[in-house]
Formats: sequence, structure tokens, C-alpha cells
Amino acid sequence: MGKSLFEKVWDAHAVRQLANGQTQLLIGTHLIHEVTSPQAFGMLRDRDLKVQYPHRTFATVDHIVPTNEAVEPYSDPLAQGMIEELRKNCAENNVTFFDTNTGKQGVVHIVGPEQGITQPGTTIACGDSHTATHGAFGAIAFGIGTSQVRDVLATQTIALNKLKVRRINVNGTLPPGVYAKDVILHIIRLLGTQGGTGFAYEYAGTTFDNFTMEERMTVCNMSIEGGARVGYVNPDDTTFEYLKGRPYSPKGTAWEAAVEQWKSFASDDDCTFDDVVDIDASQIQPTVTWGITPGQGVGIEENIPTVADAPTQSERDSVAEALEYMQFEGGSPIKGKKIDVAFIGSCTNGRLSDFQEVAKYVKGHKVAEGVQAIVVPGSQVVAKIAEELGLDKIYIEAGFEWRAAGCSMCLAMNPDKLIGDQLCASSSNRNFKGRQGSPTGRTMLMSPLMVAAAAVTGQVSDAREVFGFASANA
Amino acid sequence: MPATPIKQVTGKGVFVPGDDIDTDRIIPARFMKCITFDGLGDYLFYDVRKTESGEDKKHNLNDPRFAGASILVSGNNFGCGSSREHAPQSILRAGYSAVIAGSFAEIFFGNSTNLGVVCVIASDADRASIAQAIEANPEIELTIDIEDHKIWFGDQSVPCDIKPGARDSLLSGNYDPLDELLEGAGDVAKTAGALPYMQA
Repeated sequence: MGKSLFEKVWDAHAVRQLANGQTQLLIGTHLIHEVTSPQAFGMLRDRDLKVQYPHRTFATVDHIVPTNEAVEPYSDPLAQGMIEELRKNCAENNVTFFDTNTGKQGVVHIVGPEQGITQPGTTIACGDSHTATHGAFGAIAFGIGTSQVRDVLATQTIALNKLKVRRINVNGTLPPGVYAKDVILHIIRLLGTQGGTGFAYEYAGTTFDNFTMEERMTVCNMSIEGGARVGYVNPDDTTFEYLKGRPYSPKGTAWEAAVEQWKSFASDDDCTFDDVVDIDASQIQPTVTWGITPGQGVGIEENIPTVADAPTQSERDSVAEALEYMQFEGGSPIKGKKIDVAFIGSCTNGRLSDFQEVAKYVKGHKVAEGVQAIVVPGSQVVAKIAEELGLDKIYIEAGFEWRAAGCSMCLAMNPDKLIGDQLCASSSNRNFKGRQGSPTGRTMLMSPLMVAAAAVTGQVSDAREVFGFASANA
Repeated sequence: MPATPIKQVTGKGVFVPGDDIDTDRIIPARFMKCITFDGLGDYLFYDVRKTESGEDKKHNLNDPRFAGASILVSGNNFGCGSSREHAPQSILRAGYSAVIAGSFAEIFFGNSTNLGVVCVIASDADRASIAQAIEANPEIELTIDIEDHKIWFGDQSVPCDIKPGARDSLLSGNYDPLDELLEGAGDVAKTAGALPYMQA
């Protein structure tokens, strides 16, 4: 019987079994950033240990970087301290650091792929739950805690329980105006925020076959929002084409050998999965979250659910809590909710293709009065190419602020924050209470084009109508 | 060096209701601007406990009746969201040694176990009974018996569940895996040697 990619990669990286039954798993690529690594380096120093495989560790700075302040020292001394700590730790341990002066700095999950560090058939770990993003390349990529960052630095391994695999087949063509972001919001709505606990998600089907790498990354990125620590797509020609010629991709004869090996990691046709879910792409609508978990989403034409709609008491409690926090009335349309802030960026939707797609439509439109709209490229590389293409000018002309690379208002560890109970249309990945920096701030997750539609109309809108898609509501 | 085995956890409890309590709620991101975990206990559930001007809100975690509690009782999918170890670190540093929930998000569960913070699963009905007992008598002592899969409160007990690997680790005192991982260095080199991309 055949094996899944997950099993093949797991087996190739399993070092040995530990006393408690867990596996000691080799982590091929370790990505680190300024928030979850300093304590790990501290623990290493306390025990007089060194970084075991420094050539397999790569660092960048993303969470705390201001996007409107280039010169150091930053106005926030805590942020300045964190970037300096990372510089020191990388220098002392011979770790490659994509610092702000390299032209390569950015959100860790955007930097890894664009540098060609993220490769099929590998294991990748990072102290950030959105590490699942790298699964788009057919890697098994885990978000880990800081003690595990320490473990990887010291041993290049972590102790882990093997996961089950759920295959999620999405077949067919997405309607115009429906994007990869809508696919993952739809999946999480369907399977729940804890539906993926104990599973790796294998995303497959013709929709994924036709997706670009950037679209695959958007979906894999939010696997954790569905409770799955790992999400991946089998590598194919799209994957290899994306990687060819990137700075860290294999070169010359090594390239051909690598591609052959990468292909061998794909799931076998006759492998069995622990669970299989089938989804029809044509049924997916532009999706917007109305609540305080990424699973609380509805199609743009739908109404926000009522408390009474929920089947169990605990779900009724959750809906009531979400409605109260969001200041929404159950049963009212999602469309038309007035927004204060619009954010396009993050490791979910801060890639070049996101900015290109939105720029095609916002040209000739203006951000509505009273709305603050910010655009944050995911990396310095993305920013540079976008600026070479003149995208920055299109956004600025339309009334958006064009910023420097970073995580920004996804989690608001830098100065970009909601104020009071502002409502934000956001292309990021989490709508938790207080997520965007204000304890009462409210977040609605949606695709970048839906964020742009909200920005120019000042309210949650159907991007297909706002931007004149021929087959709106088809 | 194994730590002291953890077979039981005993202490006062406090009920923090709600499902999907995410790590942003356990410790908001703005308090992660730090390079050590020291002092994170002060920010546990900060936005749930405090107003924007820093005054206490009405909340069980601020209620003097539950002062000194060391076991948190909560809902389903506790610890979802970010992989930040800051969350279990803030729980530990605020004086808690265990969480009883309906279920746990995976990364949070792993992070907590590595720190020796005991995470056990109990049913909705059983957690409601525990919460009721705490409310009726905040001084009541809870005991989580990991060996016996039981939670005692007063003279009542309910069953609880914990992943077998985590249970073994806690009972043997080997919940921090670093020493065992270091012992595998020779095998690690062998596994790495067979993977072309691992070569320098």
C-alpha cells in the first residue's frame, strides 16, 4: 500500500522513538524571528549548549518592525532591544540573518519561500503557528513553542507525536472574485476551529492543482486556524517552477536530482487517509468573518447567524459572546457593516500577487472618507518589485498608505494598532478579541480584494459588485 | 536530568468560562515585547481582567474569593491560535500549575506539558460540576490525579483524560525532552547524513 507525503517525510526525518512513545524528529530547516527566539538562546546559554546545525537556521525580523519608521533606534525601545538581541544571537551563533539592511527582510513565512529556503520533502519548524504556510511546497512545517525552538537550536530535533492525515479535496473552478482566502475560510467554517486537532491537512483536487504557489501558501497558512498544526500540498511542476533559480534553490546538476527526489515525496495514488473531505469549489462565496474565531464566517450574501440558530448550548454561548463583542445583531446582513480601518498584508495575504490583484481593481477608486487603509508588503523583496511595477503609486493615488515590510496590523506588535472599538476589514488570519492591538478592537477577515472593496465603500461590500465583475452573483 | 515526577496536582480552582480561549486572550501580543519570560505572570488574561486604564474588571481572576488558586477550569479548544509559549509561561508564572478544559489546541498543549503545566480534559458536564463546587465553596481543594485519571473536588470525583505520551512524561519527570533529545545526537547525525539538503 502507498504512503502519503506526510508519512514519507516523517519516516525520512524520524530519528528514533523516545521513552514516552513520541518520535525524535529531525527538523531540516529552522526559521527564527525576534519574538520567540531570544528566550531560547537564553536557555542555550544557561546550559552552555551551542547551535548544532547553524547552516540550517535562518533568521529575520518581522513582528516588531515599524512599517513607517525606517531609522533606528526605533521610537519603541522594547522593539529596538528585540532586534538587537536577534542580531547578537545570530552573529554569536553563525546564523544567517535577513536583517533590515539586506533587502531581504520580511515576514518569516514570506522570506523562506521567496529565498528558496522552503523546499519539498523537508521538515521545517519556526516559533510561529503560521509555519504551516511552508506546507504549500510539500514540506511538513510545524509551529513550535520557545522551549522547542531551544530544542531545535541545540539538537536540530523536536519530540513529537505522529499526526493523522485528513485529505481535503477541492475540485472545480472558483467563481470570479472568489480567492484562496475564501477557500480556507470556507474550510474552517465547515470543519470547525478544532476540527484539525491531531491532523495534518493534505489539500488536493483540481482547484489546488490549478492554484499558484502563492494561493497554496494562503490556504496552508491558515491550517492552524482550523486546529491543524500542519497543512500541505503535494509538490508538482508549479512548485518546481517557483523554486527554480531562487537564491537557496539547488543549482546545476543538483537541481535535477533535487526535483527527482522532491517528486518521490508526493502522496502515492493508492495511499489511504485517516479522513477525506470533498468540497465543490463552485459553491464557495466571498467569505467574511463576523465573530471572534476564524470559523465564524459567512458568505457575503448571507446574514450573521442568530444565537437561536446554534445547535448546542456551548455554541449558543459562543455566538452570543461573539455578537456582543462585535456589536452585531444576529440575523442582520454582513453586507453594509461600516468599517474604520482596512488592512492588506500579513503572512496570509502579503505577497506580490495579492497586491497585483487588488491594484488591478482599485485604480480609479478612492478610499472612503473616514477610513484608514494601509497596505503592508510581506517582505522587502515584495515591496521592491511592487514599487518597480508602480503598484505603490496606484495604492497611494487611491488613498491607501503604502508601508514598509512587516507583520504590522495582523497582531499589532508594532505601532500599527486599532484604536478603541474600531472595526477593521483585514486580509490577516485571526479575528480574536483584541488581536489587532486594541482590547476592544474588532476584526473581520476576508480576501484582499474584499478588504479593498470595504475600503473604497466604507462598509463590508461584495467586491464583485464594487469592481464591476461581469458575473457578480452568478 | 529528569525533574520531579508530577503524579498529582492539588490546589484551589478558578473558573474562566468560554470556548476557544485563544493565546492572544491568555497574553495579548503587546506584552510579548520582551527577551525573557520573567514577569509574564502579571499580564495573564490582561485584557479580560483589566480596563484600558489598568483598573480591575469584575472577573473571577480578580475575585479575592479565588485568590491563590492554582488550577484553571475552562472551556473547549483552550489555547488555540498562536504557538507563543508566552501563554503557558504566563499561566505558570501567575501561579497556576494545571488547566482543566474540554479540549486543548495542540501547540499550547505541547508547550504546557514541556513546562510541567498539567493539561487534562474533562467533559462539559463534569467541568460544570467542578465550576459549581468552586463557586459554592472557593476554598474547596481540587486534586488532579494523573495516575488514576481522576479529578477530586471535596468528596466527589470525575474522570479526566490526558494524552498517553504527556502522561508518561509527567509521571516520569521527563516532561522537558531536551536531555533525551541530546542523547540522540549520534542518531541525528545519521538521519541528517541521509538527506542531501542537510549537507553544509
